[in-house]
Amino acid sequence: MRSKYERPVSLLSRPSGQRLTTSAMIASLAGPDQRTRPAPFGHALAALAETRPEIVGLTADLGKYTDLHIFAKAHPDRFYQMGMSEQLLMCAAAGMAQEGFMPFATTYAVFAARRAYDFICLAIAEANLNVKVVCALPGLTTGYGPSHQATEDIAIFRGMPNLTIIDPCDALEIEQAVPAIAAHQGPVYMRLLRGNVPLVLDGYGYQFELGKAKLLRDGNDVLIVSSGLMTMRALETADQLRADHVDAGVLHVSTIKPLDEDTIIRAAAKPGRLVVVAENHSRIGGLGEAVAATLMRAGVTPAFRQVALPDEFLDAGALPTLHDRYGISTAAMTASIQRWLAA
Amino acid sequence: MQSQVVRPNAPNLAEHAYRIRRNALLMGEVQGQGYIAQALGVADVLAVAYFHAMRYRPEDPEWEGRDRFLLSIGHYAIALYAALIEAGIIPENELETYGCDDSRLPMSGMASYTPGMEISGGSLGHGLALAVGYALGLKRKKSDAFVYCLFSDGECGEGAVWEAASGAGHWKLDNLIGIVDVNNQQADGPASEVTGGLEALADRFTAFGWYAQRVDGNDIAALTAAFDAARIAAVAQPRVIVCDTRMAKGVPFLEQREQNHFLRVEPDEWQKALAALEAGRAA
Ligand SMILES: Cc1ncc(C[n+]2csc(CCOP(=O)(O)OP(=O)(O)O)c2C)c(N)n1
Ligand SMILES: [Mg+2]
Repeated sequence: MRSKYERPVSLLSRPSGQRLTTSAMIASLAGPDQRTRPAPFGHALAALAETRPEIVGLTADLGKYTDLHIFAKAHPDRFYQMGMSEQLLMCAAAGMAQEGFMPFATTYAVFAARRAYDFICLAIAEANLNVKVVCALPGLTTGYGPSHQATEDIAIFRGMPNLTIIDPCDALEIEQAVPAIAAHQGPVYMRLLRGNVPLVLDGYGYQFELGKAKLLRDGNDVLIVSSGLMTMRALETADQLRADHVDAGVLHVSTIKPLDEDTIIRAAAKPGRLVVVAENHSRIGGLGEAVAATLMRAGVTPAFRQVALPDEFLDAGALPTLHDRYGISTAAMTASIQRWLAA
Repeated sequence: MQSQVVRPNAPNLAEHAYRIRRNALLMGEVQGQGYIAQALGVADVLAVAYFHAMRYRPEDPEWEGRDRFLLSIGHYAIALYAALIEAGIIPENELETYGCDDSRLPMSGMASYTPGMEISGGSLGHGLALAVGYALGLKRKKSDAFVYCLFSDGECGEGAVWEAASGAGHWKLDNLIGIVDVNNQQADGPASEVTGGLEALADRFTAFGWYAQRVDGNDIAALTAAFDAARIAAVAQPRVIVCDTRMAKGVPFLEQREQNHFLRVEPDEWQKALAALEAGRAA
C-alpha cells in the first residue's frame, strides 16, 4: 500500500515533453500504426436494429462514451437516455424486456458491476431476461484510477447464474458479436472496446461463435489462452517469441461464461507446453482461475502461469505506463514468458 | 457551531477566483483537454469557500479542527487543485504535473494522492452520503467543524444522492453544507435534457428537510451571503446552496464554444485563453 501522498516530486525535474499524460490515450487503445475501425459496437447495433424492431438502446449518461450515440442517431425514437442513474438503467431495461423488447443497456464496466450489481442480478438475470449489458472501460483501459478501472468485473459477474459473459478482442469481433448476442435468448454482459478500435482478427479468418474458443495459431512450446484485448497482445507476443525460437500458440476465449471447456482441455492436454492464461483483469476470479479449475477437474495439469492484473487498487497514469507496470503490455508479457521458460 | 462564523468579506475574493482560474488553465494545458470549462465555471464558488467561509490550516491539511471539503465529483479535481494551490496547501510548481505519471495530482481526485483531498470521488453519487457520515462523526466528537460537499447537476441522477438527502434531513445535520454546481452540462449533453428537473432542485432539497438557497454561482457577493447564511442559519437542518454557474466563465471565447463535458483546447489557444482571462481581471 502506498503511504499517504507519497509521490516522487522528482517528476518536476523531468522535462515536460517527457511526461506521459493520463488523457493521451483516452479515445483509443490502438497503437500509432494499428488499423482501426470507429465505434464498431454503435454501427453494428444500428445496422442490426434495421431488421430487429424489438431492439432498443438505453444508457446512463454515457452514450457518447460507449458508442451508443451512433445507434441513437440512427434510431432516435428507440434510444432512451436515463441520466446518470445506473440502477434505474438496469431495472428499466428489465421492465422493457418484460414487455417484449430487447434492450441494449450501456455504461462503464465499473458502474454496472459495482453499483448496479443487485439490479442486474435480480431484475435481469434471475428473471432470465433478454437484456444485453454492454460496458466500456473493462479491466485496465483507463488511467483514472480505481473509480474507473474495472479490474474485477468478470470476477463479480461470473458468479451470476444465467448470465453469458463475453470479452471481444477487436473491432471485427465486436461487429460479429452484436448479432450473435441478440440471437441468444437471455442476459449477456459484454466488455466493450470503444472509439477507434483495433482491427486484428480479420487476418486470421476469424468468425465469432458464442460459447466457442478459437485457436488462432498453434505452437509447440507455449499455449497462450487469452480473451479481450489480451488476445491482440498474445498474438504480438507470439511473434516476438518466434524471434527467440519459441513456438507459441494462441487460443482465444472470448466467451468467458459458459466456458468452452472441451476445447480448452484438449488444447492444454497437448504435452510439453507451458499454459499461460492472459487477461485484462485481476488474477483473482477471471479467465485464469476459470481455466485452472477446468483443467484440474479434468485431471489435466500442465505447467500453468497467469498474465493478469495484481490483486491491488491500481495507480492512475497513462495506459502504456500502467500496462507495463502491471505486466499486461506485449513487452512485459513476452518477458514474463521468457522468464518462465528459462526457470 | 463555529465561533466567528461571519467574517468580513475578504476584499480580494475576485482576485483569488482569477488565480484559481489561471491555475486551472495552466493545468489544463498539460493535458491539452479535459474538465477545464467546469473548473472555470466553479472557480468563484471555490474562492468563496476557501477564502471566505472555510476554516483550515494550509500547513496542516489534516488539522483536526478543519472544515472538511468533500469533492464528490472526482473529475473536478483540476478545479480543487487550483484552489488548493491558491490556498497554499499544494505547492504551485506541482501544477505542471497535473495528470502525469506519478503526479500527486491525478485527473480524478483521490484522497491517497493529494493533501487537502478528503475523499476519493469519481464514482459519482458517493460524496453526499459520505458527508452524512462525516457530519454524524463530527457531531459525535462534539466538533464545531462543518462538512462541505461539492456535487453536480448530473450527479443528481444518482439514487444515492437522494438517499443522503433523506438521511441528512432526518438526522437534522446542521453541520452539513451541500454545494451543487449547476452548469447545465453532463457527459451526454445539457443536464436539462439528460436528467431534467433542474428548476426544482432547491425545492427538492427543501422537501427532504433541508435549508436550501439558490444563487448565481458566478456572483461573488451573492455567494458570500449564501455561505454566511448557510453557516449561521439558526435552523436544525442540513444546508444546500444550489449554484448556477456558467461553463468556462472568465474566458469569453471558451464560454461561447459549444459546451462540452470534456473540452479540447488547441495548443495555440492556451495563451489566448490566459490573455482573455487576464483582460477580464483588469476590467
Ligand atoms: C456512477 C458514475 N456514473 C457515470 C460516471 C461517468 N461520468 C463522469 S462525469 C459524468 C457526468 C456527470 O455530470 P456532471 O458532473 O454534471 O458533468 P459536467 O458538469 O462535469 O459536464 C459521468 C456520467 C461516473 N463517473 N460515475
Ligand atoms: Mg454538470
